[in-house]
Amino acid sequence: MRRVVITGMGIYSCLGKNLEEVKQSLYAGKSGIGIDEARIAYGYRSPLTGIVERPQLKGLLDRRSRICLAEEGEYAYMATVEALKNAGIDADYLEKNEVGVLYGNDSSAKSVIEAHMHTLETKDTTLQGSGAIFQSMNSTVTMNLSTIFKLKGINMTISAACASSSHAIGLGLMFIREGLQDVIICGGAQEVNYLSMSSFDAISAFSTRVNDPTKASRPFDRDRDGLVPSGGAATVILEEYEHAVKRGATILAEVAGYGFSSNGANISQASDFGSCIAMQRAMKDAGVQPADIDYINAHATSTLQGDAFEADALNHLFGELKTPVSSTKSMTGHECWMAGGSEIVYSNLMMLNGFIAPNINFENPDEHSRNLNIVNQTMEKNINLYLSNSFGFGGTNSALVVRKLKVEN
Amino acid sequence: MNREEIIETINNFLIEELEIDAERLKDDARLREDLKIDSLDFVDIAVIVEEHFKIKIKPEEMKNVKLLSQFYDYIENKMKEA
Repeated sequence: MRRVVITGMGIYSCLGKNLEEVKQSLYAGKSGIGIDEARIAYGYRSPLTGIVERPQLKGLLDRRSRICLAEEGEYAYMATVEALKNAGIDADYLEKNEVGVLYGNDSSAKSVIEAHMHTLETKDTTLQGSGAIFQSMNSTVTMNLSTIFKLKGINMTISAACASSSHAIGLGLMFIREGLQDVIICGGAQEVNYLSMSSFDAISAFSTRVNDPTKASRPFDRDRDGLVPSGGAATVILEEYEHAVKRGATILAEVAGYGFSSNGANISQASDFGSCIAMQRAMKDAGVQPADIDYINAHATSTLQGDAFEADALNHLFGELKTPVSSTKSMTGHECWMAGGSEIVYSNLMMLNGFIAPNINFENPDEHSRNLNIVNQTMEKNINLYLSNSFGFGGTNSALVVRKLKVEN
Repeated sequence: MNREEIIETINNFLIEELEIDAERLKDDARLREDLKIDSLDFVDIAVIVEEHFKIKIKPEEMKNVKLLSQFYDYIENKMKEA
């Protein structure tokens, strides 16, 4: 079977604008959460959000490329530039070889709403300008990345709510294993503007701990009161193992298994049963047992029900093993469509640097998390194999198993 | 607004937004072949013309406008009509 490795990665998030900054934040257990005043003025229940600065692209990209990029596309561009550089893939390589893109994204709300508001005012759609259409489609990120980097392989967006980019990596694994592609840019992007998250705020999903923003996201903790939305983008370069070796690329990790499932139940509630199926399928695909897993990067978003269901699922599969678990969403907030991709980057940074980033704000367990080994202080730890969970609305579940790979020369 | 002001406004847009070198903005420059202005750019030109001159143009009307000088003429005539 063709094996699939990660040869490059890039990140742009509320924890930092590149791998080095993010590694330091993860190690320090630093929160990226703050207050967005625009949300208060707009009528949000909660103004808490991950704070992500928009990149300045003038000078990096021509005008046509810039005006077609929505906010999340700008983050995806930054993360992908870093990932390609990290993988040793330049413009000349992209020109001469077939490289694909599979990226998770499930909204481009700001672009849609702004175009609509503009036309309400002007009564003339022409005045939306030429960039609006390319910014406002769900596939905006892949259509722009494929144009900017002149990609010629598989090219599509995966929309599966908060599991979008985990599925994107899983599908990338399948495309390469099947021999259909050798290199695919995978990852996920998430817009971080007040227009994009108001309907999520509407269902009281967000923490209202506004007096203490960095304490608001507290997955598995007894006193959690909801998630904190966040965003940015994360990119990993998936590559067939022999292809990577032949190219002389540095192999960062191997994507060993992908599992998926659908709960077939409530639109907004997670399921311990459904998430167990995805985790078991990912481990079976990787040919490993629960006892082989050194670390679990939980989906846990800091919601009452979601964390409880995941804790029950983890107790069921890993309860006796006391496998270390943390949710990096305690620091980042919930990066939604991007989360599956970013959490692979975060976990890879931990695996490559020998530590487990803490589940900050985990102070008191509840009845579900009591028996889990939740790491709430940075732990020095050699990780050889980890599991990363991502679950989304509609009951979509994705799990990835990633392995440290020692290359035999 | 006189013709000089029209030329200055249009040229500023072409230089600042479409990133066209100023020395290429000659009267006989062909919009599509020489300045590489494409159909999407004409949409954005319609936006700035509306913003600056308060007149509406439709990108499809630009079909017969071939040269930069003809574009200045077109705006000037539209403003007289308005």
